[in-house]
Amino acid sequence: MATTMITTLDRSSRAAARGLSDISIRNLFIIPTVLFLIVFNIFPLIYSLGYSFTDFRASTNAPANFVGLQNYRDLLNDPYVWSNFAITAKYVIISVAGQLLVGFGVAMLLNRDIPLKGLLTTLLLLPMMLSMAVVGLFWKLLYDPSFGIINYALGLGTFEWLSDPKMALYAVALTDIWMWSPFVMLLSLAGLSAVPKHLYEAAAIDRAGPFYTFFRITLPLVAPILMIAVIFRTMEAFKTFDLAYILTSQPTTELISIRLYKMAFQEWQTGRSCALAYIVLIMVLAITNIYVKYLNKVKER
Amino acid sequence: MRKLVTSVLAGIGLTLACGTSVYAQEKSLTIFWAEWDPANYLQELGNEYEKETGVKITVETTPWSDFQTKAFTEFNAHGDAYDLVVGDSQWLGAGSTGGHYVDLTDFFNKYKLKEVMAPATVKYYAEYPGNSGKYWAIPLEGDAVGWSYRKDWFEDPKEKEAFKAKYGYDLDVPKDFKALRDIAEFFYRPDQKRYGIAIYTDNSYDAMAMGFENALFSYGGELGDYSTYKVDGFINSDKAVAALDAYKELYKFTPPGWAKSFFVEDNQAITENLAAMSMNYFAFFPSLINEASNPNAKNTGFFANPPGPGGDQFAALGGQGISIVSYSQKQDEAMKFLEWFIKDETQKKWAALGGYTCSAAVLKSAEFQNATPYNKAFYETMFKVKDFWAVPEYAELLQQLNQRVYPYMIGGEGTAKETLDALAADWTATFKKYGRGQ
Repeated sequence: MATTMITTLDRSSRAAARGLSDISIRNLFIIPTVLFLIVFNIFPLIYSLGYSFTDFRASTNAPANFVGLQNYRDLLNDPYVWSNFAITAKYVIISVAGQLLVGFGVAMLLNRDIPLKGLLTTLLLLPMMLSMAVVGLFWKLLYDPSFGIINYALGLGTFEWLSDPKMALYAVALTDIWMWSPFVMLLSLAGLSAVPKHLYEAAAIDRAGPFYTFFRITLPLVAPILMIAVIFRTMEAFKTFDLAYILTSQPTTELISIRLYKMAFQEWQTGRSCALAYIVLIMVLAITNIYVKYLNKVKER
Repeated sequence: MRKLVTSVLAGIGLTLACGTSVYAQEKSLTIFWAEWDPANYLQELGNEYEKETGVKITVETTPWSDFQTKAFTEFNAHGDAYDLVVGDSQWLGAGSTGGHYVDLTDFFNKYKLKEVMAPATVKYYAEYPGNSGKYWAIPLEGDAVGWSYRKDWFEDPKEKEAFKAKYGYDLDVPKDFKALRDIAEFFYRPDQKRYGIAIYTDNSYDAMAMGFENALFSYGGELGDYSTYKVDGFINSDKAVAALDAYKELYKFTPPGWAKSFFVEDNQAITENLAAMSMNYFAFFPSLINEASNPNAKNTGFFANPPGPGGDQFAALGGQGISIVSYSQKQDEAMKFLEWFIKDETQKKWAALGGYTCSAAVLKSAEFQNATPYNKAFYETMFKVKDFWAVPEYAELLQQLNQRVYPYMIGGEGTAKETLDALAADWTATFKKYGRGQ
């Protein structure tokens, strides 16, 4: 039924009256998108793959020489790049786990009849609507050891959130958690409100405890949508740039995208940075694939 | 469908046409520089030029943090958005060998600029490769790293007495790096929210390099041999190691959270009563004597970078030359502007507006030296400055320096010797990669 609705045009519609066929309408919608994708995504993707095998530098007139796998070999042997990857992994785990915990927790709290629920939810969504750069700039002020409000409120004296090499990454992750927990909350809320009420009623009749109800009813039913939130947040966290770049410049917070930016646009090692971008792309694809497989499994249950 | 496509294309075409027609307008020049006070002064100077000749000068600016990126993105795309660019001294190599800058050698020789401008400015802002006699820029804004300090803290009789009792000599403007360290230690009082010294520590562009160079050069150390590109035995020499240790020692006496600081933070250290002394480019000093931007303006003094233990006294060079972009459609018009710019009376006007002229005659004049509290220190400094590498791959060299020095300075990892040995190895590998000094 669904397919016939897409392929045939209602004969009495205005489009049909103008002599447009269903195929031309389909083309009208799809061709611009495909063209856009080819010009701005596919073409640069393939073009940069070519560059990744050369020693090309965009800042000079020197011709690009083919160097084979040299860039990939150098990058994978560079201890700094590996430490960038390790930092990124740590950051992704802390930040996504934090967002999941906070976001899902808040959603559980909001998933009941409370006054002003709509207003409350909207207000909680505000951080997500701000620009990353703006969030970075004002959290830098909040973290400031001399006049920052965080140290003042917590009575931490001159604790150095962003200058302490060990603390800085957690501070960036904390900001990310603050900003993106609402996103997880929103998705969880949608999942929670979709859980049929009669399941809870049945559980209550059977005298199931709150933990049992949560782990056997709530969590399994919300899990697929929670997985989607995790996929989105992992991909985003993996490519975090602006927040970490603005907040601090510690070597311990140099995420892979910051390294990539420096290599490409400050050092102008165009060929090598293309190679690094490909390594990152392959990693993100691999991780996403694992997630999607798992998501499908969860859905089947 | 076809109609739609045609109209969309026509729309795009029209937009492009409008966009380019603005730039194609006759009798106007666009100069690209970073966003800071000297750029405003240059705009004022440009307004004078417009009054005289009718050619409109627009100084376009962008924040320092993406100045390099934005300029080179435009160069690499061979764009003609800018007719002239006031580029950093390190860009000379990339600008000239990349074909982005117009060769100004003839212009330079015609007006004998080698004699007109202060020697260090010619060497570092204009010539590439070193000693080649080829010039790519006209020295525009002379700049170097100097120091500001709190006169009221230094002149307080109680402080003077306590200092003498502790260190055995009078509290005064530091005569060498040891005194700099002692004074920083003396004023370091976290319980009173007062700290000793503000230095550059940011590792994103050249902040760390400039700060460390101040110690390195005054300790008699060198980055390397500029003609053979040999670095082993220079950047990791005993003098260089001692210099890095001395610079790291100063970090102990900085205000809290001083791990990503550059010119903005260092001026704040003075305006917010945080530090007794603060390192900064001379170009940022005008705002320190302005009551509106510095409540301590009356109590702020200035001094040149002090000598090291061996008596050598140098400072890290900042500053920029102005170059003509080779993709500009209005190179002749740009050349005329430069001819006007190098005139003596223009240079005087430039200095009066707040620009740091590089004209030797103006620098030497008593009029210039007495104009502000820091001009004399500036004049003295400009004749003993040294700069970072200006090769096209300077950004890689900076990145390597940041990668090695920052963890030692801020994180306390390893020793100064290990840090600089590793840096020497990095730089040697980079120079080898680009076939230098072979």
